[in-house]
Amino acid sequence: MTDQDLCIENVTKTFGGFTAVDDLTLTIPDGSFFALLGASGCGKTTTLRMVAGLEEPNAGRITLGGLDITRMRPYKRPVNTVFQSYALFPHMSVEDNVAFGLRRKGENRAETRRKVAEMLDLVQLGQYGSRRPAQLSGGQQQRVALARALVNNPEVLLLDEPLGALDLKLRRQMQIELKRIQTEVGITFVHVTHDQEEAMTMADTVAVMQAGRIEQLGAPAEMYEFPASAFVANFLGQSNLIKAEVTGQADGHVTVDAHGNRLAVPAGRCRVTSGTALLGVRPEKLHLADGPDAVPSGHAAVQGVVTDASFTGVSTQYLVRAPWGSELTVFVPNSGIANPALPGTEVAVHWSPAHSFLVGS
Amino acid sequence: MHGFWRWLAEKWVLLLGFVLLAYLFVPIAVVMLLSFNQPASRNTTYVLDLETFQFTWNNWTDMCGAAGICDSLLRSIYVGLSATVIATILGTLISFALVRYRFIGRGSTNTLIFLPMATPEIVMGTSLLTLFIGLQIPMGFLTILIAHVMFCISFVVVTVKARLAGLDPRLQEAAMDLYATPWQAFRLVILPLVLPGIMAAALLAFSLSFDDFIITNFVTGTSDYTTFPMFIWGSNLRGIPPQVNAIATAMFLISFAFVIAGQLRTRRRSARRAATS
Ligand SMILES: Nc1ncnc2c1ncn2[C@@H]1O[C@H](COP(=O)(O)OP(=O)(O)O)[C@@H](O)[C@H]1O
Ligand SMILES: [Mg+2]
Repeated sequence: MTDQDLCIENVTKTFGGFTAVDDLTLTIPDGSFFALLGASGCGKTTTLRMVAGLEEPNAGRITLGGLDITRMRPYKRPVNTVFQSYALFPHMSVEDNVAFGLRRKGENRAETRRKVAEMLDLVQLGQYGSRRPAQLSGGQQQRVALARALVNNPEVLLLDEPLGALDLKLRRQMQIELKRIQTEVGITFVHVTHDQEEAMTMADTVAVMQAGRIEQLGAPAEMYEFPASAFVANFLGQSNLIKAEVTGQADGHVTVDAHGNRLAVPAGRCRVTSGTALLGVRPEKLHLADGPDAVPSGHAAVQGVVTDASFTGVSTQYLVRAPWGSELTVFVPNSGIANPALPGTEVAVHWSPAHSFLVGS
Repeated sequence: MHGFWRWLAEKWVLLLGFVLLAYLFVPIAVVMLLSFNQPASRNTTYVLDLETFQFTWNNWTDMCGAAGICDSLLRSIYVGLSATVIATILGTLISFALVRYRFIGRGSTNTLIFLPMATPEIVMGTSLLTLFIGLQIPMGFLTILIAHVMFCISFVVVTVKARLAGLDPRLQEAAMDLYATPWQAFRLVILPLVLPGIMAAALLAFSLSFDDFIITNFVTGTSDYTTFPMFIWGSNLRGIPPQVNAIATAMFLISFAFVIAGQLRTRRRSARRAATS
């Protein structure tokens, strides 16, 4: 923990009777690319606005580098925001937009001009300084908004779904761009998004938020491989979740009964060790075999019938109906070895227990 | 024949537009023409008869020739400017309050502010007169000003509110996020964006005040504070001096110049925009 960390401690924000942010505690390490991921309406924007000073918490504390900023006026905070709608000043040129913060801080003219030019180059808008925001494309406006915030060299940069309004191709491009810029300037980025892929590709740390609370926080890979709850398992990528009763524990494994199938999950991959639970396996961790005999030893398996096979190029996505009626999704990489299984084929779906996890239902 | 009907089907909107424009401008054209006419007597100031039309520059060179005409014009301009300044400032403040803040009575204020626009002038005039008499305020400039400010405010509020409502509230937040104090955010971001609306409101207020007759007629009482519309009405009884046509034409040309200037400004701005993109 370095001294410029952003700490949100037990922060609650209510609107009327509605709790938008519920006793939220979060530490965002200095210099990190932090993603706040959650569905629409879960309180992400409200959280950012409290950090920016545009909304005051009902309870709790926000500190930046040990300094309590909970009730500090927004224009006194060393924090800048890239707004969801960009909120560029329509009556000012791109240059004046970007210079706005520096001028308010009383930066001298020459220095302002130099920094603005440098920042416009960084976001590849060097040619567009004299244009009005309305004369730029969505992607260019987005970069002006970024430059306008970043030029002030804040301790923390808040980005509220900055890529939400861009089309898919541009979004991918800007994700890489944003990541490059963050690495280059080393400023803490708090990036709000509802796109799990975006959060995972960009961030060092992802916090999954739901109903005003943090469900899970961690490195993207870590969270993907071992989600803390069924919500995270489904929100971050896709999961097959099979209802199971915990029957016991042996040799470092938790054994469960899933619709009559006895399966084992390594104890270290269990969030719960008793009662009813959900056994989860990612679709790409599942394999298909012709029958029970073809299942490698040590693998867990269930029988099923292929109901659908859709070829997506890099992989084939199968739906397999298990005996208890629900369907399992299986991604088989197109490695060119196996022949595709046709719908109606009886198969065994199998996986390494080390790839499964157990979460509360 | 076939071609004609098709032509008509394609152009009828345009034709209708021309007819409408003519309908709107013919009366003005008549006044313009008459401003160059030397009527035989004051009772024929408004008679446009090409047989008796006698060209003259007199109405223009001797605008203040008729007794009291220019005094009344100056009074109207003075009342108009004063009412405009006061109504624009108050109305703008009211609009900000209505759009930006939630407070008890906001809804009813929103409705009440429309009332002066909806009330027949004759009703407003009589009630103001009753009020001023009741309060024993002497009739004259002050009562006229109060009345004009009152009915102008509604129009200012409606105009400025429309502009403000279209303004993204995030802009102010963005300014404050970029180290602008609330006052700086207002001066550098909000005001420049709302200014066109405020200017439009001010022009509207001035023209409303300048040509108001009914309400002014009530609240002038017996005082000799005769505004321009009151002067015309008064002289109507004795015969209208022909200078009125010249002044009317001049007023029209001045307003027209304002509109053209505004149009040119927007056009030049969009041309510049197009040139840079
Ligand atoms: N100013 C406000 N007044 C009332 N409710 C609000 C206000 N701002 C946000 N909310 C509510 O709080 C919840 C969280 O909103 P928000 O933080 O914007 O969500 P997100 O950004 O995650 O989509 C939403 O249900 C929203 O309706
Ligand atoms: Mg949001």
